[in-house]
Amino acid sequence: MMSSLSRRSILQLAGGAAALPVASGLLGGGAAHAASGTLTIAYNVNLPSFDPTVGLSAVNPTIQSIYQSVFDPYIGQAPDLSFKPGLLTKWGWNADRTKINMELRKGATWHDGSPVTPDDVVWSLQRAADPKGGNPIQFVWSKVGNYKIDGNTITGDVLQFEPTLFKWMAFLTGYILPKAYYQKVGAEGFEKAPIGSGPYKVDAFERNAFLRLKAHPGYWGGKPAFETVVFKFVTDPTSRVAEMESGGSDLTFEIPYEEFDRLKAKPGLAGVAKPVSDIAMIFITDIAPMLDRNVRLAASHSIDKKAIVDRLLRGYGVPISTLEAPGYEAFDPSIKVAYDPDLAKSLLAKSGYSPDKPVKFTIQTTRGFKPKDYEMIQAIVGMWRKVGIDANIEVYEIAKHFELRARHALAPAAFYNWGNAIGDPSTSTGFAMFGPSPHCAWKGKDLVERIGPLWGEKDEAKRIAGYKAVDKYIAEEGEVIPLFQYVQPIIHKKSLKVVAQANGMILPQLISPA
Amino acid sequence: MRWGEIIRRLVLVPPTLFGVAVIVFVLLRVVPGDPISMMIPPGASQADIGRLRALYGLDQPILHQFVSWLGQVVQGNFGRSISVRQDVLDLLLTRLPATIELTLLATLIAVVIGVLAALVGILARGRRAEWAVDGGVGVLLAIPDFLWALILLLLFGVLVPLLPISGRIDPQVEIDFHSNFYLIESLLTGRLDVAAALLRHMILPALALALPFSAIIARLLKASLVEAEDQDYAQIARARGYSRPSILLNEVFPNALIPTVALGGVQVTLLLGGTVLVERIFSYEGIGNMAIDAVINRDFPLIQGLVLTFAVLFIVLNLAVDALVTLLDPRLRHG
Repeated sequence: MMSSLSRRSILQLAGGAAALPVASGLLGGGAAHAASGTLTIAYNVNLPSFDPTVGLSAVNPTIQSIYQSVFDPYIGQAPDLSFKPGLLTKWGWNADRTKINMELRKGATWHDGSPVTPDDVVWSLQRAADPKGGNPIQFVWSKVGNYKIDGNTITGDVLQFEPTLFKWMAFLTGYILPKAYYQKVGAEGFEKAPIGSGPYKVDAFERNAFLRLKAHPGYWGGKPAFETVVFKFVTDPTSRVAEMESGGSDLTFEIPYEEFDRLKAKPGLAGVAKPVSDIAMIFITDIAPMLDRNVRLAASHSIDKKAIVDRLLRGYGVPISTLEAPGYEAFDPSIKVAYDPDLAKSLLAKSGYSPDKPVKFTIQTTRGFKPKDYEMIQAIVGMWRKVGIDANIEVYEIAKHFELRARHALAPAAFYNWGNAIGDPSTSTGFAMFGPSPHCAWKGKDLVERIGPLWGEKDEAKRIAGYKAVDKYIAEEGEVIPLFQYVQPIIHKKSLKVVAQANGMILPQLISPA
Repeated sequence: MRWGEIIRRLVLVPPTLFGVAVIVFVLLRVVPGDPISMMIPPGASQADIGRLRALYGLDQPILHQFVSWLGQVVQGNFGRSISVRQDVLDLLLTRLPATIELTLLATLIAVVIGVLAALVGILARGRRAEWAVDGGVGVLLAIPDFLWALILLLLFGVLVPLLPISGRIDPQVEIDFHSNFYLIESLLTGRLDVAAALLRHMILPALALALPFSAIIARLLKASLVEAEDQDYAQIARARGYSRPSILLNEVFPNALIPTVALGGVQVTLLLGGTVLVERIFSYEGIGNMAIDAVINRDFPLIQGLVLTFAVLFIVLNLAVDALVTLLDPRLRHG
């Protein structure tokens, strides 16, 4: 009896539940459309954490667009990577570089209406410099201390000269947070209800789904064009394309170039594709056979970068010869590494290699981490084979790349992309090629001796010139293979006016109705 | 399976979970790539890296880390997520309901489609319609859930944009919920408009998960129906003059259901595993979507918490299926 009742109950439950969706008028209404006054962005990564100064998210360049919508950096950055006043209206060193001075903007307010004070600035800098605070860039912020406040002016002592200090104030972890509010609610409370002084304030957050922002009426830079901004976290590129085609979002980016070309030709949509501060490169590790200069140079000269950009990236890329891309401060267009397969063959011949007797090594790459990364390495390996290089491709995850690089255990060649949103040579050539840096694959003394003195160089012109000379030397020695500068594809509704940023950020405050 | 067997398996749950905990903990630390290597900024020195490692306790020997973590887990503290910077248990409890609701809806859809396909197939036995149903079931089975997700996304999100393709609810909608079981809560509180809005978001991911599962149910049930229909009790009922549909529904179906539940129930765990990719594609805020981010960021505490949660879910599901089969089958119930 009981069993038959149970069976019947189960069947009745199943039948009743199956009828539910029909009764709910499930298919009523179409796909979601952006409401009037609302800008919806299909964003390519999730937002793990709100505190922009601590932990993993703080050093993820892709998340900075969201942070810069809610929080103000100390110093602003223009679309061309140049620096402009942010919450700080003036900043600089004294003559002998022993002190820094900063002037805080008057009239700026936090999202709760309280004023942004010099005390907030000092507290943010001291918190960032605290070794136990969890700020990954702590080693930069700790180089200044003993702050003093006089009105809206803040001064500090230089404990160790860091030429890029003010540049960092526009980028990773360089944000001013509200001291009083943070101390009142604590770290957990801040994560649940963050406030900043940026153009938008947090209105609703559904983790891994969306972040809804509302315009900050008291924003010092003027009220942004859209009252509401929604960041939809759509991490799958196919889904982001579908978001645009279905009208569910007004703007997206980081989609395959084929899709970018297809979508921008559709009625109602437009595309922007501008080079950004992110380059593709191949690390050379100072192990055999890369200790042979002929092999390194042959590997460089046998790569047709223009063909790779044209054929694999549909022309969306700028071939480069150094780690400095156009727009970076130490970019020198006179340094050229030409595509010359005959030169590559003759260099290899000098070391006893030929297409019949090739030099062999492994090249590591990610697959799908960056557009066409694996296909690009396949093409390069094909070009190498023609001149006498037989490279074996090893695919790995990006996390493994980071760990191998930190342990100086990469293969002789390893593909990577290097971002440099502040455009300074120390954060490209400097950290990528200076032996003691955990990011460097080429640990040779030659570069340690050349780059070392530039870290503390107080004469800015001399410092930039020094890096240009280092870049020239690296190109002549083939100690790294720069490939090209990435181009960021942005698709948006034609009804929008979008300002593309060279640092790759998608800032809603710079988007307005066309 | 007798009730005693279920109790015996309940006793085995703690050692099973301990084994899972050991494996995931050790594997995460042996496989290259840790959260610190993902966090190293340009310019960090070895001392800076060491400082970060110490901050997250990763400088300790693995055994020390494990004992410390396990001691906390036993007290209900799963640690703090490195990437999200929140309590892992809180995160899991917040996100798990979304996945449970999605899995329940997918199971419901799969059961309806699977049972209907099996019944139509058996009623049309020996005719062309049976071939058509079998062919359709074959197609459902041949395409994995994540591919169904992409097909449905393009079909109903782009070609015929009837349904939303991302999230759990419209970002513009302002609704307060008391629990994280949004759908169940809105149904229980009679907010049918909210339930409809939630279902509109859930239907595509649920369908993507349900279609291959429905094919499994259809195949299992149809095979059981064929076998049960040839049994003596069915032949006797036919000899007594009962119609075939009546025999199928009242006599054959309840008996055929038992092996289908026993075998198909286990497949629910696979469906749960499928949520990882499907939730990602539809930007659905369940634990599957969170799992991918946790792995990308090498967020050890969160991965450990997620794996333990999945393990508990799998164990509970398997036990529930066994209990259901015992309940349905008098032979098992009474020994």
